[in-house]
Parts: sequence; C-alpha cells; structure tokens
Amino acid sequence: MDTVKLTIDNKQVEVKAGTTIYQAAKDAGIDIPVLCYMNLHDMGIENKPAGCRICVVEVEGRKNLAPSCSTPCQDGMEVKTNTVRVLNARKTVLEFILSDHPKDCLICPKSGDCELQDLAIKLGIRNIPGEDIAEVSTYRLDTSPSIIRDLDKCIMCRRCETMCNDIQTVGALSAINRGFRAVVAPAFEQNLEHSSCTYCGQCVAVCPTGALTEADHTNEVLRHLANPAKTVVVQTAPAVRAALGEEFSMRPGTLVTGKMVAALRQLGFDYVFDTDFAADLTIMEEGTELLRRLSAHIDGDKNVKLPILTSCCPGWVNFFETYFPDLKDIPSSARSPQQMFGTIAKTYFAGKKNIKREDMVVVSVMPCLAKKYECQREEFSSNGNPDVDLSISTRELAAFIRQANIDFRSLGEESFDNPLGESSGAGVIFGTTGGVIEAAVRTAYEMYTGKTLERVDFEELRGMEGVREASIDFDGLELNIGIAHGLGNARKLLDDIRSGKSKYHAIEIMACPGGCIGGGGQPRHHGKSEILKARASALYLEDRNKAIRKSHENPFIRELYSSFLGRPNSGKAHNLLHTGYFDKKKKIIVKQ
Amino acid sequence: MSSIKIELRKQDIEKIREIAASFGNDEQELINVLHKCQEHFGYLPAEVQEVISEALQVPLAKIYGVVTFYSFFTMTPKGQNPVSICMGTACYVRGAEKVLEEFKKELEIEVGQTTDDGRFSLSSLRCVGACGLAPVVMVGDKTYGRVAPDDVKDILKEYS
Amino acid sequence: MDKKIKQLRLVLRNCGFIDPENIDEAIARDAYLSMGKVITEMHPAEAIKIVKESGLRGRGGGGFPTGLKWEFACNNKADRKYVVCNADEGDPGAFMDRSVLEGDPHSVIEAMAICAYCIGAGEGLIYIRAEYPLAIKRLKTAIAQAREYGLLGKNILGTGFSFDIELRYGAGAFVCGEETALIHSMEGLRGEPTVKPPFPAESGYHGKPTNVNNVETLACIPVIFSKGADWFSKIGTERSKGTKVFALAGKVNNVGLVEVPMGTSLREVIFEIGGGINNDRKFKAVQTGGPSGGCLTEEHLDTPIDFDNLIEAGSMMGSGGMIVMDEDDCMVSVAKFYLDFTVEESCGKCAPCRIGNKRLYELLDHICKGKGDMADLDRLRNMSEVIKDTALCGLGQTSPNPVLSTLDNFYDEYLAHVMDKKCPAGQCRGLMEFFIIEENCVGCTACARVCPVNAIAGERKEPHKINKGICIKCGACMEKCKFDAIIIQ
Repeated sequence: MDTVKLTIDNKQVEVKAGTTIYQAAKDAGIDIPVLCYMNLHDMGIENKPAGCRICVVEVEGRKNLAPSCSTPCQDGMEVKTNTVRVLNARKTVLEFILSDHPKDCLICPKSGDCELQDLAIKLGIRNIPGEDIAEVSTYRLDTSPSIIRDLDKCIMCRRCETMCNDIQTVGALSAINRGFRAVVAPAFEQNLEHSSCTYCGQCVAVCPTGALTEADHTNEVLRHLANPAKTVVVQTAPAVRAALGEEFSMRPGTLVTGKMVAALRQLGFDYVFDTDFAADLTIMEEGTELLRRLSAHIDGDKNVKLPILTSCCPGWVNFFETYFPDLKDIPSSARSPQQMFGTIAKTYFAGKKNIKREDMVVVSVMPCLAKKYECQREEFSSNGNPDVDLSISTRELAAFIRQANIDFRSLGEESFDNPLGESSGAGVIFGTTGGVIEAAVRTAYEMYTGKTLERVDFEELRGMEGVREASIDFDGLELNIGIAHGLGNARKLLDDIRSGKSKYHAIEIMACPGGCIGGGGQPRHHGKSEILKARASALYLEDRNKAIRKSHENPFIRELYSSFLGRPNSGKAHNLLHTGYFDKKKKIIVKQ
Repeated sequence: MSSIKIELRKQDIEKIREIAASFGNDEQELINVLHKCQEHFGYLPAEVQEVISEALQVPLAKIYGVVTFYSFFTMTPKGQNPVSICMGTACYVRGAEKVLEEFKKELEIEVGQTTDDGRFSLSSLRCVGACGLAPVVMVGDKTYGRVAPDDVKDILKEYS
Repeated sequence: MDKKIKQLRLVLRNCGFIDPENIDEAIARDAYLSMGKVITEMHPAEAIKIVKESGLRGRGGGGFPTGLKWEFACNNKADRKYVVCNADEGDPGAFMDRSVLEGDPHSVIEAMAICAYCIGAGEGLIYIRAEYPLAIKRLKTAIAQAREYGLLGKNILGTGFSFDIELRYGAGAFVCGEETALIHSMEGLRGEPTVKPPFPAESGYHGKPTNVNNVETLACIPVIFSKGADWFSKIGTERSKGTKVFALAGKVNNVGLVEVPMGTSLREVIFEIGGGINNDRKFKAVQTGGPSGGCLTEEHLDTPIDFDNLIEAGSMMGSGGMIVMDEDDCMVSVAKFYLDFTVEESCGKCAPCRIGNKRLYELLDHICKGKGDMADLDRLRNMSEVIKDTALCGLGQTSPNPVLSTLDNFYDEYLAHVMDKKCPAGQCRGLMEFFIIEENCVGCTACARVCPVNAIAGERKEPHKINKGICIKCGACMEKCKFDAIIIQ
C-alpha cells in the first residue's frame, strides 16, 4: 500500500496515498472545522463540494489556501491549520456566510443542534462587519406535511442535494439560480408538495442549519393531552427506542424502551402502546399474502405477480407511486404498522373501551418524516377522522420530554400497556434494514412448512451493504430474497423488475440508509455511520432478549384475530389493514 | 414559481420529443436540447422543461437548475422587439448605464422584463465585441452605435 | 494604417486575408501543412517537445505552459481522450477569439488535430458562445470542408490517425471559461467548477483525460510547427513567448484588435498603436485582464507586457482586454463596475465568491455614495485578500484584483471618497451637490416642476433654491434648465 509522509502543524504523519488533509489531520488529533463536508464512511455517502471554504489550510509553497476536505496529501507537504492567515480567512469566510443568514437563533428549531451555530461559537464571532449595508437573501417559506423549508437559512452546503439525487435518486432538489441568488430548491421553486419529493427526510437529516426541518406537531399533541374529553393513545416505532437516548447524551445504541414508556406516561398519554405490536400484525398480513402469491406462482398462475415488495415504509411507497406507477400492483397491499395500529386502535381497542372514535386521538412517535404525510393520506381516515391523528419524530419527542421537565436519564423502566403493547422480537427488528424480511421469514417459514423454525437469527439478512440478497431454504423451496435500503439502491432492484430480470420472490425496501434507524426524524448522526450501526445492534439485542421472537406467537395478535379479525387476509382484515396505491407520476397537460 | 402557465399543444410536445431524440435522448446533451427548444418556442416555459425532463430522463429540478444558471435561457417570452444594451467595459466607460436607465424609464420595465403589450423586452448583454461603437444597443438584429440617452426615444419610435 | 506599425500578426495571420468559408484559400496560405507534417513525420513526443520548446503559454488567462499541459494529457493512459477548444470568450471588452473563429477557423481546427495526435485523442469539442452565430456558422462550414478534404475524420491523410470535431454551445455563463466548469457545462450540467486535482488532463470530459486550450493559444500552434519552436521563442520576453492579441478599447483614438509581440510596452500600445487618448484628455489608467485583472497607472506604461510583469504590477494578462481610462473615470466606480460583473457571473458554489464578492460590491457602493469611512478601506482590503485566498476557482480567486489594484494604485482616490466625501473624477453622484447659480436663474420654475421629490422651491421669476436634504441627485433639474443655472460640485 502506498503511503505518503507529511507534516501537519509540525506533526509528522504518514497516511495512505489519496487521504485528504482533513482526514489525515483528524487521525492525528487535529480537528479542522468543516461545514459543507459530510462523509458517512462505508455507506457510500459523501458530500464534498468544497464550497464553504471553512476547512481551508495553509500548504507550504501553494499560493492560495487549500480546502482540506478535498485536497489529497502529498509526500513532503507542510500543512499548517492554525496560522494567523488561516484563522483570519476562516473567520472572514464565516462572517460572509453569517452576513447572509438570519440571526433568529433564539427561536430557530435547530438552535442547539446547529452546525453553523456551533461554528460561530467555536470561532468566537461577535459581530458581522458591514451587516448594516448587507443585502440578505430571502425566500418564501415552504410548509409541506412533513418538511419545512426555510431557505433564508440555506448556506449552499449541498448536502440535501447530494442525498436527494445521488443517494435517493429522487431528484426533487437541485441547486438553482447562480451567484448570490443560488439556493437549493425544487423545480420552479415550487413547494415540495408539488415536486417529486417522497418526504424521506434524508435532506432534513443532514442539513447543518435550520433550512430544512420537520413539520413540528408537539404543540398539537400538547393541546390534545390538555383536553380532558380526549383519550390520547400513543404508539412508538421500533427504531425510536434505539436512538432517543442520544438526545439525552446517552451512548449511541443504548436501548431506552422502559424509560421512553415512563416518559410518555408522565407526559400524560392515556395509553402507551407499541407500534411493534402492529409490526407483528403486518407480518401476519404480509406473510400470508407472500405465501398466497408464492403458492399461486408455484401452481403456475400467470396472473400473480412476484416478487412481492414490502410496503411498510411510506417514503418508499411515495417513491414507487411517483417513479414506478407501472409496478404499483407488486408491493404488498398491507398497510404500514403505523396505519395498522391506528385503525386497530380506533376500531378494536376503542370498541373494547367504549370510546367514541372522535374522542380518541392516536399519536405516533416515529423515526420518520414521511409518516407525517402518510397519516394524512385520505385513504387512511374514516369520515374525515384520520386513523392516526398526529405523527411526531424521535427528535420532537425528545424536545417534548425536555419541555416537560422530565429528567429522562433517571427515569425508571416501565412497560407498555396492553393489549396493543405486546410484541415479538420480530416486530422490534422492523427498525433496521433487513428486519422486516427476517421477521416475515420467521413466520412465513412456519406457515408454509408447518414445522417449527429452530434457527431464528438470519445473519445472512443483516448488514449495512446497500443491496443484499440471500436464499432461504423453505423445506426444499429456495426463497430468494433481496434487500435494499436507500432509494437509489431500491431503484436498481426496481429497474430489474421492470425489465423482467429480477430473480427474487420477496424484496424488502427501506427508503432511508440503514432503514428506520437512519430515518429523517432520528437524532442527527452528524455523519457518523458508527451511530447507525450501534442503533441496529441495539434492536437485535432487544430481539434476542424477547421471550417471543415470532410474530404469530404474540398472544395478543392471536387474540385480535380470534375475537375481531378472523384470519389473516380475511375480508375484515382486508378492509381494515390493506390499501391500494396510486399513480402519482407527473403528467404533462395537453391542450386539446 | 413559474408565473406563466401554458398548456402545450400535441404538436409542441412532438416537437420537443423530436428535438430530444435528435440528440439521442442523451442527458449530456441537455444544454443543446434547451438551445433548440428555446430557438423554437422563444423561451423555456415550465411545461417545455417537463417534456424535456421526461424525454431525457433528467429530474425536472436539475433542468430548472440548468435553465436558471445560464443567462441565455429565459422562462419569460421575449418582446417582439428585444432591446439589448451592451454592458461590456468599453460601453460602460462610455455611458451605457445612462442609456440603460433611459430605456428603463421609457419602457417602464426592468432588465429581464417584457412590456405589458409584449412589444419590447429589455436585457443587458455582456460584451458583443463592437467596442469601437460603444455604447452599443441592439434591437432585434439591428445594432445602434454611439447611443446617447437622448437617442433612446428616437430608437423606440422606429418600432412603433 | 500606421496603427499596424508595431504589430506582428501571428494569431491573426490570415484574418482578413482569406475567405474564411473557403478552405482552398486557407490552404493556399499553408493551412493544414503543419498538421500534415506532424502526423506524417513526427512521433507525438517529438511534437510535444516542440510545443514545450516554443515556450507557448495559455492565452486564456492563466498562462500555463501549453506543452506541459499536452504532456500531462499524453501521459495519462485511457481508452478515450478529448481535445477541447475553449471558445467561451466572455471577458467584457475582449473579442479576439471571435475574430479568429470568424476570420480563420481552419487554424483552430488544424491545431486541435495536432493536439489530438500528440495526446492520443480521437474526438474534439469546441465549446463556443451561443451569442456568436457567425463564428458558429463559419466553424461548421470549415469543419465540413475539412472533412470533405480528408483533413478531419477517419484515417487522415492515410496515416491511420482519426480525429473529428463537434460543437458544444455555451449559454451565457462567464465561469464556464474555467476549464472544469466548461467540462461540466458540456456534460449538460450547471457550469460549476470543481476542485483541482483532479485536473482535466487526468479526469475531464466523461471522466477521461481532456486537454482544454483557448482559441488564441491554439491559433499559435500551426505557426510554431511551420516556422519552428526556435523562431517562435525568439519573439517575446524571457518567459512569455510569441505575440498577444489585445482588444484595445475605452478612451483611446484607435480602438480594435492589436497583436503585438510579448514585451511591447503599454505606452507603445496605447499611444503609438492606439493613437493616444480621446479628445486630448489625460491618461489615467489602463485596465488589463478584464474582471480578473487590475488597473495600472502612468508608472506602469513602460513595463514590457508579459504574463509575469502584469501579475507583478497587480494585474494580469487575462484574455487580453485592454480598457484605457482618462481623468473622467472614477477608479472606485471602475472597481465597482467589475465587481458588479463578478457578482452577476459568480456561479454561487463557494461562499467567498457567492457572498464575499457581493459584500465587496456593497461596500464599494457605500463608499461611492459618500458613506464610507477609513475602517471600510481596511475591510475592503481584508475581504479582497481573503476572497483571493479562499475562493474555489480562478474566477473567484481573481475577482478582487480590480479592488486590490485600485487600492494600491489609486489610494488617494479612495481617501478622497471617504475622507473628503469627494469624487475627484466627478462620477459618483452620491458625492455631488446640485446648486442653482442665482445670477443665471430667471425663475422659470421648470426645474421645480420636473423635480421628482419637490426639493426645489422659489417664487416665479425669482431665483430658486435646492433643498440639499431632500435632493436625490437625479439630475433631472439640470437637464431641464435652459439657462445653465444648475451646476454640480
């Protein structure tokens, strides 16, 4: 392996050829500040337009300063990261950036979690010279069901553009205009709602400032909680428990299920339930559908479509409705766990408790921003009353807990309420890439073969590679499984299906890199992929610790079917738990 | 948001697809396709960009990003008589700014706009390479050299 | 024709002497002779050596040694390589590339073929401004004729060397003169530059080794091969060889293109070829290098013009714009004019250029309005130096040059603006005051009626007065007054 030797701030370092000055310095314990640069190692996600010029350093013999994020080390280089020239340049450039940025940090949703703010603190900016004569660019505020775009705060780091185009291949965002008016926006500067945005929220997950944030619903939740006439039910998605602790300075990967339940109870929710319960329910419906389609296929039915695609990820649903409407009868018709939960809560549970539908409010806590949009979809409501009233993100829940003066770290562990709070380990792993299909396999295997599955852990389905595949032996039948996370990876599998090249029977797709643990509503990973891996491990740990590991063994699921739904894919189950998809491809209007 | 919403006729869509196809529907040919479409329609309204997006399989936002990057492309229709004032250095030194101001005053529009009756549009150009005639004004293909603010009314009169 | 006394036409050798739409006329003046010699008699390395020995440096602005650039592209192995001609001439006040393309398109085609042979490329692209319709037409004609004569296409002159050229159109973005931005533009993207390395010679168009040269550089190539590297390198100064075409404009008597040997002084160009200053006014400054260059003064008039001397004097060669200014030009306003251009043309990718240049412009405007103070001058310098030091591409790195060079060479004028609140050239309206000379005023009230802000008061047939507090200095009153009663000071 080729290496190069250089000095950074008089320290001798030796690095692999091709290493950037920024990385070499970091490895040597010198933390050069960056702003636009972002790199999720080993997930293939990198953004380095070298546009912010904050990371500049002095290189002996070079006439201007070098951006350390994108300048490779060379043999014999002498790099200085903190000369007066560098410090002055860095500060002046930051002053430039701040001169075109609102100073409403007090009420900015990103305050305290803002990379620009951190940098201003680090560099000790106390005033912006020339502010009185500086034009500040302003843009129309865009409020969509999931994402708020306040472009006055955009610093053109282009991270969102990279996520939206290179990683997700959604293409809703692009740099537009040029010079001082340059900004990242959808086509024609329309609102996101009119663009091809899938609300996956990956742009929000990486935005260093308050330019892209989630539509915050905590105040509405508070209003419902304060209304004594309402029974407020909360459900929490699997990935939330593996990340919420980070918001309270806990080590990434700390499971906080019990503390989270305790906090939700303190916040005043009448019932604290688990979306994992609905995940088990999803497996029952989706697994049955898989087997039905598989059997028909084996029997030679040409009308049946394979592979079956999972449908629990709303960003992914939006993606195929927009880009692959011709394939819209391939995904499973099973609703997502969030929506299954909502409908069961407002029918089965409300009935049990004698609560009128309109008096019940279902709130979901999700790692996801697309869930905010999903729960507003018209088909998921009954006479205008939505099955899930409000969806808040992991970050919003954390903010809510802090507002309520709850010392999260010292909370005791509490358990979910029943009946919608019990889940199997299979429901838990829904939160990470590969988890849904592993959960489905555990149930489908037993349904198909009639035998007990001894080996529950399918290591071959786990991991962080963007596209994975495995064959599972269903007692002689080889079930070919594909897994993709990140919509760009999903697109590859879909292109294969479209061209008839796909060899899979079932495919799991998650819109976000890493699955829900890397969702757009999660605590910010700030470019550290180790955090995502720690969260995934936490979910597998919770799965291992569960007494029940298979969805169909969840006693409350059995009870739900025997007393309410009948059997999986029954008429009633179909009405309540399944859905259809729409062609949302942009149509060109033709004058007749 | 695009201020003008137009509906394309079937033959317009065919025309755009034909142009895209003549460049092999290659996304790298986007700028050439935009040039040809602007040549045909006079400007690049949102709907034209939508058809190009579909033909070249390039996200619409990217196309809009390109259209708004290059000053040659416009999303507003030009006037029947496009007035362009050269703002190259030679013209500037010889008073092009005052000439431009006069045109703005007379036409009651800003640079990049078209008069309400659609007869004139106003733009400023980079050097047109006629520095010897500075300051230079072009109306359509006709070039006027050594223009003084006082000449503006007379120039416009030729087109009324 | 005394204008041509000191001129030496290498680049413009055929312009005006041939019908550019007739390849026979070009061939009669030796077009394609050099190409024939190179591809039939020379090894690429040999030919590159000649270009290196000629000392030719890039005419597009940077002055990078052309032979070296070819060598890099030659040494990078790849299945495909490209030769690109940068004809996106965009410096305000420069039009030499257009003249070459319109007057002698074959010289560029021939040079591209030679380059392609040297570096091992099979395809050439000319990136040309869409605003140059005549140049486009002539290039198309020339390419078609060259193909017909077997000078382009497959197996040229039976040597087995194949090369052809396509046109790509710019769409009005000055930054596309920067080679990485140009390549992105040719790929159908926004013309944003990217960090170098990688240089286009390693990874350019389609990620393949690509050599980008500008029109004027290429036009030198056939001459170098026909007359020899030795001959070429005898013209010019120690480190700048050959000739340079300048677009002389501004307040000189003879404007237009001039081609002179490197090392000619500014005085010879302006006063001998250019015939001196208009209306016998006093020479004040000459701006070279367009928005990337700077303003030079009287004391630089005898400096031999070459790449390095101009940089040392605080300007640069740029693509060869040369704007002469007289005592009526305000240097602060001139700096502001160039910044206005840069702000307009910045691609917006990097913060120093996107925001910094805007701030520079605003501060210059502030000073022109008479609102600046001494601290602003320090800030102007600091911002300029930081932008120069941190901007991503050549456009941003050179954009503060007009400010820095005027600060260096015309500091007194800045001082006059901020300390005395006066514009010595009488250009900055914000620093002027309008007065009515009582003796001349007959009280016709015309000025009062035309004043848009009602700043003029007075009885009919009595001298009027301007209320300075209200006056917006629009000058309408002065234009209206028939008695020369209104003056500015």
